[in-house]
Amino acid sequence: MSSIWEYANPKKFIATTDRLLPWVSALALGLMVLGLVWGFFFTPDDFRQGSTVKIIYIHVPSAMMAINAWAMMLVASLVWIVRRHHVSALAARAAAPIGAVMTVIALATGAIWGQPMWGTWWEWDPRLTSFLILFLFYLGYIALWSAIEDDDTAADLTSILCLVGSVFALLSRYAVNFWNQGLHQGASVLRAGALAGDTEERVSNVFATPLFISMAGFLMLFIALVFLRTQTEIRARRMRALLARERMQ
Amino acid sequence: MPDLGKYAEAVLSSYAISLGLIVALVVLSVLRARKVKAQLAEVEARGKTGGKAQEQADG
Repeated sequence: MSSIWEYANPKKFIATTDRLLPWVSALALGLMVLGLVWGFFFTPDDFRQGSTVKIIYIHVPSAMMAINAWAMMLVASLVWIVRRHHVSALAARAAAPIGAVMTVIALATGAIWGQPMWGTWWEWDPRLTSFLILFLFYLGYIALWSAIEDDDTAADLTSILCLVGSVFALLSRYAVNFWNQGLHQGASVLRAGALAGDTEERVSNVFATPLFISMAGFLMLFIALVFLRTQTEIRARRMRALLARERMQ
Repeated sequence: MPDLGKYAEAVLSSYAISLGLIVALVVLSVLRARKVKAQLAEVEARGKTGGKAQEQADG
C-alpha cells in the first residue's frame, strides 16, 4: 500500500489529481444542481420563515466550507511546518481564495436572510462577528502570500498566520455555544441531538435531504478547485524557479 | 418557478450573488490554470532549446 507522503511529490500529485479531477468535478456539478434545484423548486415554504428558508441550501453549505477550508489549510500548514513538503504549503495557498469566497457567500446570504427575519442586515452577534474576522484573516493570508517573494518564507509566515486564524475559524463554528447570546441560532443541522431525532430546533427531513446533497456538492466543488488550483501553484512555483535559473545564466 | 411571495427579492438575490461568485471563482481558476500551464510549457521548451544550443556552442 502506498504512503500518503508519496503525494508530496509534485509530479505524483499532478498525475493523480489529473485523473481524479474530471470525476470530482462531475460529482460536484451533479450534486450541486440536484441539491439546489430540489431545494429551490421542490420544497415547501417554512411555516415561520416563508420562502426565505430556500436560502438555507446556499447559506449553510457555504458557511460549512468557509470553516472547513480553513481547517484544511491548518492541516496543510502543520504538514509544511513539520515535514516541509512544498505541495502541502501550496495546497493551503490554493484553498485560501476558495474559503474567502465561501465566507463572502455565507456573510452575504446571511445578511439577506437576516433582514426580513431579524429586521436587520447585520448585528454584532458572536457568530456573525467571528465570521467577519475569519474573512479578514482570509484576506490577510492571501495578501501575505502575495507580498513575500521567497516561497519558503511566505509558506512559513502564512502557516503561522493560519494557526492564529484557526481560533476564529473555531469561534465561528462554536461562538453560539460559548456565549449563548445573539441573534444567530445554534447548530441545528449537524447537532448530535438533531441527528438522533430530537425534533426541537431540528431541520425537518423535507428540508434536510436536499440540504445534505447541497453540502456534499459544495464539498466536492471545494476538493475539485483545490486540486486544480494546487496544480496551478505547483506549476507557477516551478516556472519561477526556471526563470530564476535563466536569469542566473 | 415557485411562488416566493413577498420574499422573492431576498431569495433570488441570494441565489444570484452566490452562483455568480461561484461561477466567477471556477472560471478564474480554470483560466489561470490554462495560462500558467502554457507559460510553463514555453519556459521549459525555451530551456531545452537553450540547453542544446549551449551544448552545440561548447562542443
